Amino acid sequence: MKFFPELKKSFVIALWFMLLTFPVLVIRVNTIENIVVWRWINLAVIGSAAFVLSFLWQLYWRRKSAAAPVSVAQTSALTRRMSDPKFYRPFLIVIAALTLVFPFVASHYQINIMTTALIYVMLGLGLNIEVGLAGLLDLGYVAFYAVGAYSYALLNYHFGLGFWTLLPVGALLAAFFGILVGFPVLRLRGDYLAIVTLAFAEILRLVLENWNAFSFGPSGISNIPRPGFFGIDLTLEQSAVYMYFLLVALCVLTIFVIHRIQHSRIGRAWVALREDELACQAMGIDKTRAKLAAFALGATWAGMAGVLFAAKTTFINPASFTFLESAMILAIVVLGGMGSIVGVIIAALAIILLPEYLRVLGDYRMILFGAALILMMIFRPRGLITPAGKTYEFRCSGKPAAPEKRLP
Amino acid sequence: MNFFWDLLLGGLTRGSIYALIALGYTMVYGILQLINFAHGEIYMLGAFTALIVASILTMQGLTGLPVLILAGLVAVLYASAYGFTVEKIAYKPLRQASRLSPLISAIGMSIFLQNYVMLAQTSDFLPFPNLLPPSDFLDAISVWIGPSDFVIIVTSAVVMIALSLLLKFTKMGRAMRATAQDREMAMLTGVDVNRIISRTFIIGSALAAIGGILIASHVGRINFYIGFNAGIKAFTAAVLGGIGSIPGAMLGGLVLGLAESFGTGYISSDYESVFAFAILILILIFKPDGILGRSSQQKV
Amino acid sequence: MKNKNLFRWTAVAVLLFFFVAASYAEKADTIKIGVAGSHTGDLASYGLPSVRAAELIVKNLNAKGGLLGKKLELIVEDEACKPELATNVATKLVSAHAHAVIGHICSGATKAALGTYKDAGIIVISPSATSPELTHSGQYPNFHRTIAPDDAQGKLVADFATKTLKLRKFAVLHDKGDYGKGFAEYAKKFLEASPEVKVVLYEGLTPGAVDYSAIVQKIRYSGAEAVVYGGYHPEAASVVQLMRRRNMKTVFISDDGVKDQTFIKVAGRAAEGVYASGPKDTTKNPLAIAAISEHKKAYGAEPGAFYLNAYSATLALVNAIAKAKSTKYAAVHKALRTYPTDTPLGKIKFSVGGDAIGVGFSMYQVKNGVYTEIK
Repeated sequence: MKFFPELKKSFVIALWFMLLTFPVLVIRVNTIENIVVWRWINLAVIGSAAFVLSFLWQLYWRRKSAAAPVSVAQTSALTRRMSDPKFYRPFLIVIAALTLVFPFVASHYQINIMTTALIYVMLGLGLNIEVGLAGLLDLGYVAFYAVGAYSYALLNYHFGLGFWTLLPVGALLAAFFGILVGFPVLRLRGDYLAIVTLAFAEILRLVLENWNAFSFGPSGISNIPRPGFFGIDLTLEQSAVYMYFLLVALCVLTIFVIHRIQHSRIGRAWVALREDELACQAMGIDKTRAKLAAFALGATWAGMAGVLFAAKTTFINPASFTFLESAMILAIVVLGGMGSIVGVIIAALAIILLPEYLRVLGDYRMILFGAALILMMIFRPRGLITPAGKTYEFRCSGKPAAPEKRLP
Repeated sequence: MNFFWDLLLGGLTRGSIYALIALGYTMVYGILQLINFAHGEIYMLGAFTALIVASILTMQGLTGLPVLILAGLVAVLYASAYGFTVEKIAYKPLRQASRLSPLISAIGMSIFLQNYVMLAQTSDFLPFPNLLPPSDFLDAISVWIGPSDFVIIVTSAVVMIALSLLLKFTKMGRAMRATAQDREMAMLTGVDVNRIISRTFIIGSALAAIGGILIASHVGRINFYIGFNAGIKAFTAAVLGGIGSIPGAMLGGLVLGLAESFGTGYISSDYESVFAFAILILILIFKPDGILGRSSQQKV
Repeated sequence: MKNKNLFRWTAVAVLLFFFVAASYAEKADTIKIGVAGSHTGDLASYGLPSVRAAELIVKNLNAKGGLLGKKLELIVEDEACKPELATNVATKLVSAHAHAVIGHICSGATKAALGTYKDAGIIVISPSATSPELTHSGQYPNFHRTIAPDDAQGKLVADFATKTLKLRKFAVLHDKGDYGKGFAEYAKKFLEASPEVKVVLYEGLTPGAVDYSAIVQKIRYSGAEAVVYGGYHPEAASVVQLMRRRNMKTVFISDDGVKDQTFIKVAGRAAEGVYASGPKDTTKNPLAIAAISEHKKAYGAEPGAFYLNAYSATLALVNAIAKAKSTKYAAVHKALRTYPTDTPLGKIKFSVGGDAIGVGFSMYQVKNGVYTEIK
C-alpha cells in the first residue's frame, strides 16, 4: 500500500472539488424562463478528474521533495543548451532559413498570424527592458502601443504622412509619453508603480474613447494605409509577405539593440536597480536617469509596434488597447524568463500562435490559456529560459593603472 | 432632497462596495505582497452562487427574508471555499518564487474563473432578484435614501467594524497582524503562517461575496464579467488608501466611490473612471505610500 | 552525434510544417460560407446566435440536397469583436476559399476585416454592424447588412420622440461603445434639428460599472422629459430599474440593441412603457415563427440577439447564390440587388450601398411584458 495516503488524500480532494463546483457546474438556472437544469454528469467528471489530477500532483511533489535539493544557481537543461555554441549555432542557422522560407510556403493566413506574433515579439522585448531588466513592473504597457498606433493613424489621416516617416515619429512620441508617465512615478516602488501605470493606460484609453473630435471615439479609424513599397501597388498577399519581412527585420534590429544595451553601462545599471535599489543608489548610479531611460526605451519599441499594428490591421479603435492586452504582454515576459531575449521570443510565439491554432477547441481556448498560465508558473516559476548571470571582468587596455598612492 | 445629497449617497453606496472588495486585496497584500487579481472573480462567484441558490429557493415557493439569509450564507461559504482553493492551487506552490510569478498565476486564475463560469453557466446577463424583503421601515425612509443604498451602507459598515474588532481583539487577528508585519518572525513565535494565509483568503473572499450579493441585488443583473471592473476599481481603492492597511482600504474605497459619483454628477460620466484613476495618481504623487500607508523608509 | 540528432529532428519538423500548411489546401467541392463574429468573451451573446442561425439553414438545405448540386459548408471563426483578430480571421477565411461571409458582429471588427474581403472578392453580409460609414462611404462595395444603420435608427427615434410623443427636453445617453455612441450621436443630431427641442444632457456611461445611481440622479435633476439611450439591453435594464425605483417617470426610448425580450425579463416591471426601435413586427411573419421554433427545437432555448437578422442574412445569401447559379462575386453581388428574398424580416433585397431594402423599421413599446408595435 505504497500510495495509500496519497489515494486517500486524492479522494478527499475529489470530494472537495465536487462540492466546490456543485452550484456552478451542476445547476444551471435560467431565471428568465424559471427552469433549473441539473447536470449530474458534470459532477462525476469533476470528481474523477480531480481525483486523478490531485494524485498526479502529489506524486510530482513527492518526487520533487525526494530528489536532492536543487541549488538556486542550477539552470535548466534548455538554458544550458541555449548557451552552448555547439548547439545554438546550427540551431540559429536552421531558424534563419525557416524564417526566410516561411512566407513562400505558408498560406496567406499563416503569414498573417506569424506577423501578429512578431509584433508581440517586439512588444515582449520592449516590456522586457522595463520589467525584465530594470525591474519596473508596468501594467499599462499597452498605452505606449496605443500612442504608436494612434500617431500613425491620426497623422496619416490629417497630414497624409507615410508609413516610413511616421514609424520613427510614432516611436518618438511613445518615448516622450514614456518619460511623461515616468516622471510622476519615479518615487513609487513596486506595486504602487504597477497600479499607476495601469491607471495611466486606462486614462489614455478612456480619453481616446470619449474625445471624438480628436480620436474619432469608439468607432475608430479605418482605411489606414499599409506600408508602401517604393510606390508599387501590392496585392493583398504580396503586402502580407512584405509586412512579414518588415517585421522580421525590425525584430532582428530590436534583438540586436537590446542585446547591445543589456551589457552596456545603462544595462548594468538597470540590473543593479532591479536587484537592489538602495545599494544601486549607494553605488552612485543616477536612479532617476536609469528609470526614465528604461521607460523611454521600453516605450519606443511599443510605439514602433503600434505603428506596425495600425498598418497591418488597417483599422484601430480603443477596444484594442485594454488592460488584458497589457497582461498578455506581461505574461510573455514572465513566461519567457525575465530578462532573457530568447525566452521572450519563444513565449511570444507560443502565446500568440497557440490560441490561434487551438481554435478547434473553440470556447475552451481561453479557459485552457488561463490554466496554462497557472501551470507554467507552478512548474517553471522562473520562465522558460532562466537568464544566466553574466560575469563581467574588468580589463584594462595597455598598461595597468598605477597603483593608488596612499597617504602616508 | 437635493442633488448634492443624492450624489453623496450614491458615492457612499459605491464606495462601500469598493471598500468591501478592497479589504480582500489589502489583507492578502499585507501578508503575501501579492496582487490577487483573481479576487474580483471571487466577488463574481459569490454573486452567481447567491443567484443560483435564490432562484432555486424562489422556485420552491420561498420568499422574503429566509431566501436572503440562506442565499447569502451559501454564497459567502462558497466564495470562501473558492478563495481558499485558489490560494492552495495558484499561490501556495509559488511562495518561494519571484514576485512576478504569482502575479501571472493570478491573472491566469482570473481568466480561468471567468471562463469557467461563462462555460458552465452562460455568457448572457442574468436578472438578479431584489432580495430585500419589503419592510415598513425601508419604505418609510425611501424618500430620504433608497432602500438598497441604505442596506448596502449599513451592512458594509457593520461588516467592516466586525472585521476591525476581529483583527484587533482575537488571537487570530493578532496572528494575522503579526504575519503581515514580519512573516518569518511570526513563524518563529509559533504562528502557523500557512493557516493564517488560508484564513486571510477565506475572510477576504467572504467580504467580497457580501459585496457581490449587495451590489447584484442593487443593480439587478450579473454576468461572468462583472468581477473584472469591480476588481480593478477595488484594487485601485486599496492602493489609494495605502495597500496593506485595513482602514486605508475602507477609506480608499469611499474616496474612490465619492470621486466617481461627484465627478459624474458635476462634470461628466464620460470620464467616470478617469476621475478615479486621476485621484489615485495625484495622491500617490504627494503621498507615495497611499493615504494611510506606513511610509516605509527602506533600510539596509 | 548530438548534432546529427538535431538535424534529424529539424528535418522532421520541417516536413511536419509543410504537412500542416498543405492540409489547409482545398478538400471537397462545397460551397463554403464563413461565419465570423464574437463567439467567446464578454460579447459572445451577440455573436453566437448568428452561428446558430447559419447552422440551422445550412442543415436544412443540405438535407434537401444542398445548393447548385453542392453541399454547403460552414467555416465558423471567432474574433471576440477584436479588430486585430478580425483581420486574422478574414485572411483565414480567404485562405480557406470561403465564397461568402456572414458577419462580422461589431462594426469595428467588420471595418478591420472588410479590406481583406474586398481585395479577395468575397461578399459579406453582416447581421449587426450598424456603422453608417460601412454602406454610405462607398469604400466597401462587397458589404451588405440586414440591420438598419445608426443614422436611420437615430432619425426614426428622433422623429418618433418629437413628433409622435411631442417631447421637448431630452437626455441622450450611450454606452461609449461603437454601436451605442454611433446611434446616440445621430439621435442627438436629428433631435436638435428641430429648433424647439433641447438636449440637456449628452453623456456616456461606463458599461460594467458597479452602479449607475450618479448618472440617474443627473438625469433626474436635468429636468429631461425623456432619455434616449444608445447601447445594449444590460445597461439599459439597470438604468431603467434605478430610475423607476426612484419614482422617476422619465420616458425611456432606445434602439434595436434594447428591443430584446431579455431586456424585459431582466428589467422586470420597470420595463413597462419603455420604447425601442426595431425591425417591423415579425411575430406574425410565418418565417420568423418558424425560425424561432426551429431554434427552440434544436437548442432548447429562445434565440438570442440578432438571430433573425442573421437568419435573414443567410437566407438572402443562399437565395442569391441559387438565383445567380454561381458563387462568383459579380453574379452574387448583382443577384443580391435584383431578386428579393422572403425572410423573417420581410421581403428584402439590397440597395446599391448594401443596406437592406424592405426591412421596415418601427417603434415598439413594452406593454404587459411584451414589445408591441406602435402603429
